[in-house]
Amino acid sequence: MTAKYHWLILCVVIVASGCSSLGVKPWERNVLAQDDMLMDADAIDLALDEHIYFSKEASSGGQGFAGGGCGCN
Amino acid sequence: MKKSLLLLLLVISPLKAEIYDINRLDLKSHQGKVVYLDFWASWCKPCKESFPWMNSLLAKYPADSFTIITINLDAETDAMHRFLGKVKADFDIYHDASGQIAEQFEIEGMPTSYLFDRSGKVVKKHIGFYTKHTGKYEREIEELL
Repeated sequence: MTAKYHWLILCVVIVASGCSSLGVKPWERNVLAQDDMLMDADAIDLALDEHIYFSKEASSGGQGFAGGGCGCN
Repeated sequence: MKKSLLLLLLVISPLKAEIYDINRLDLKSHQGKVVYLDFWASWCKPCKESFPWMNSLLAKYPADSFTIITINLDAETDAMHRFLGKVKADFDIYHDASGQIAEQFEIEGMPTSYLFDRSGKVVKKHIGFYTKHTGKYEREIEELL
């Protein structure tokens, strides 16, 4: 029984530590900072989506982020 | 003919900066001067905006009491060279491809700059570059000069 608990604790620790080093450093955001990576890279597409959400669901906004992913703004 | 073409290319090239490996960086050797240390990368748009301003600082303040050192954090050396082929830099550049110094300074955003006083102590840290704040940045430098 104790051995079972040990295995369980070990599994929990392994699973939990898997999230300990997520994310890229600010100087590693080369690809993320490209214009194509923006949610609003295509302005017309964004405007159409915004219109659909606004007219069908009465919601708007939340489609873009400030900055280009460089972590500075 | 080839020589004159090469000379012409050198004259019109915007690259004025010396590029060194990060292992050659020795901040202590600049003690006695106010140092503006800037971390940048070729893909970072605010970094590019800061270059003309940093060039103007070197022209504005005396070289014996103020200097700018920049650290490029591009993983690819070619990307840095391509950037410097287009954007004028009058200051020395240290290339930290692995980000070892960035890790030590715990960089939180790009660009990040540090202002050191004459004794080599960090006085200010700026995350990001905002043209509307350049007056404030310059006042901070002038207070130390």
